[in-house]
Amino acid sequence: MELYDLTISEASQKLQSKEISSEELTQSVLKRIEATQKQLNSFITITKEAALLQAKKVDEKRKRGDALSALAGIPIGLKDIFLTQGIRTTCASKILEGFIPAYDSTVTARLKKNDVVLVGKLNMDEFAMGSSNENSFFGPVKNPWDLERTPGGSSGGSAAAVASGQCLGAFGTDTGGSIRLPASLSSVVGLKPTYGRVSRYGVIAFASSLDQVGPFGKTVLDTALLLKSVAGEDAYDATSVRKPVPNYEQFLKKDLKGVKLGIPKEYFSKGLNSQVEASVQKALSDLKSLGASLIEISLPHTAYAIPTYYLVCTAEASSNLARYDGVKYGYRAEATSLAEMYAKTRGQGFGAEVKRRIMLGTFVLSSGYYDAYYKKASQVRTLLKKDFEDAFLKCDVIVTPSSPTTAFKIGEKIEDPLTMYLTDVFTTSANLAGIPGLVLPCGFDDQNLPIGLQLLGPYFQEEKLFHVGHAYEQATEWHKRKPKL
Amino acid sequence: MKIDPSQVRHLAKLAWLELSDVEIEKYAKDLSAILDYVDQLNVLDTKTVQPTYHVMKHLKPGRQDEVRPSLNLDTFLENVPQHQEGAIQVPKIIEIT
Repeated sequence: MELYDLTISEASQKLQSKEISSEELTQSVLKRIEATQKQLNSFITITKEAALLQAKKVDEKRKRGDALSALAGIPIGLKDIFLTQGIRTTCASKILEGFIPAYDSTVTARLKKNDVVLVGKLNMDEFAMGSSNENSFFGPVKNPWDLERTPGGSSGGSAAAVASGQCLGAFGTDTGGSIRLPASLSSVVGLKPTYGRVSRYGVIAFASSLDQVGPFGKTVLDTALLLKSVAGEDAYDATSVRKPVPNYEQFLKKDLKGVKLGIPKEYFSKGLNSQVEASVQKALSDLKSLGASLIEISLPHTAYAIPTYYLVCTAEASSNLARYDGVKYGYRAEATSLAEMYAKTRGQGFGAEVKRRIMLGTFVLSSGYYDAYYKKASQVRTLLKKDFEDAFLKCDVIVTPSSPTTAFKIGEKIEDPLTMYLTDVFTTSANLAGIPGLVLPCGFDDQNLPIGLQLLGPYFQEEKLFHVGHAYEQATEWHKRKPKL
Repeated sequence: MKIDPSQVRHLAKLAWLELSDVEIEKYAKDLSAILDYVDQLNVLDTKTVQPTYHVMKHLKPGRQDEVRPSLNLDTFLENVPQHQEGAIQVPKIIEIT
C-alpha cells in the first residue's frame, strides 16, 4: 500500500505518531499526480513547490510540539472555483485568463489555519455549469474507473482526484448536484451541506441561492473531518448561519437502532437503471439489518425539480456573470468601443454552455416572461421545499439513488443540453430546498462502474447523514475498492 | 414556447454576448426545446403559493458601517488588463470634437 492510498484519518494518526512525515506523504501524492494527471486531466494547476514547502513547515511545527489540527500536513485539492491568494484561479473559463486572486476564500483561509497542504486546483465544468466536466476550457476530466467515461460534473476533478489518490481529500461546490453526482460516478464520499453551513465568501458565484461548498473524502469520517474544518459562521458571508458546528465524530456509531429512513417512491420510477436500482435496494436491506426501520414516503413534486432548477439557476447565473466584462480582470477582447469590448469579451471568453445558460436566464428574467417562468419556478420551489418539510416529520433521513445511471461516455450527451440536464434528476431538489445531502459508494455494475447511495437530511443535521453513512460503510466494503490506473 | 433567431439576437444584446450566426441558430433550437420542457410546470396550480427566492429563515443583520482596510490599489491593479496612473483604461466612450 502506498501512502497516497491512506484515508485522512489514517494518515493523521501516522503523522501524529511521527511514523510518517507530511513531506513523505506529500511526495507520495505528488508522484501519484505526476503519474496519472495525463490520463485523468483532473488538475488545472498543480502547486508542487508550495505544497512541499508547506509540508516541511508543518513537519517543523510538529517537531517543535505545536498543537496541530487533525488535518495538519494532509494533502488536499481545491476545485478551481475557490479563490487562492497568489495562485491562479480560472473557474475553468477562458474569461478568467491570467486572473490571480488578491485574497483567499474563507474555505481556503480556514484550511490554511488547519495547516493543510494544498496540492493544486482541480478541474471542473466552466463556472460549475455541467454534469460531465466536459464544459471545461482545459478539457474534460476522465473517470478513473474507465477513461472513456465522465467522472460526472461539475466538480469532476475533485472526485477523480480523491478516487485515484491524487489528494487525500478535496473541496467542491454543489449547485444542483455538482458534488454528489461526481462522488456517485467516481466512488467517493461527497457531501453537500445545508445552505448556510459553509461560507461562500471568495467562492466564484454561479447561482447564489443554491451554491454550497462541500467536501470529498474516501470515507464518511474523512468527509466529516473536512466539513468541520471549514463550517460555521463567517462575517464575510451574510448567508452563513450562526449555529455551532457539532463535533461530528461523536455521531459515527455502528448501529442504526431507532433510526427511521424514508424511501420516496418517486425516486424509483422509470428511467432508473436496473443495476443501479438493484444496488440501492440491497443497500436498503443492509440498512435495515443494521437496525433502521424503512418507511415509504412521498415527495410528490419530485418530477418538477429539474424544470424548476434550470429556471432558477440560469436566472441567477445570468445576473452573477454580468461582472465578466473585460474591465477589471481576466480576458479582454480587442475592440474600438466599450460596447464592442463587452460583447466581444463575453462572446469569446465564455464557453457554449455558459452562454446558453446566460441567454436562458436573461430570457426568464426579461420583461413579459418573468412571471411565467422565474416567478412560477420560485413558487414550485416552495412546493418542493414543503415536500421535504412534511417528509422529515415522518423520518430522520431520506434514502435514494444518487444518479439514474452509472458513468456515461464522454461525448454521449454533450450535444443535447436537455438530456444532459436530466442527469441531475435526483440531486437538484436538495439545492432548491437547501437541505444537506451525502453520497457514498454502494456498489458497482457489471462493467465495474461505481453506483452511489444518496442520504438527504433535515436542515443543519449533517450529523444524521454521517451517522447513517458511517454505519453503512462499516458494514460494507464498497468504499475500499480502488480504480486500476 | 418557441424562440426564433431574432429573439435570440435580442437576448444576446441584452446579455452583451457577441454570437455567430451558427450560435444563434443553435441557441434558438436549444432554448425552444428547454422552454417546451419547462412548460410542464404549468400543470401545477400555484396561484396561492408564495415564491421562495432563498431558503434562509432569517437574514442576518448587516455589520456596522465602519471604515476598514480594503485591498491595496497596486494589488488590485495587477489583475486589470489595461491601466494607467492608478485608473482602469477602457476604449473611449466620449468623442471630443
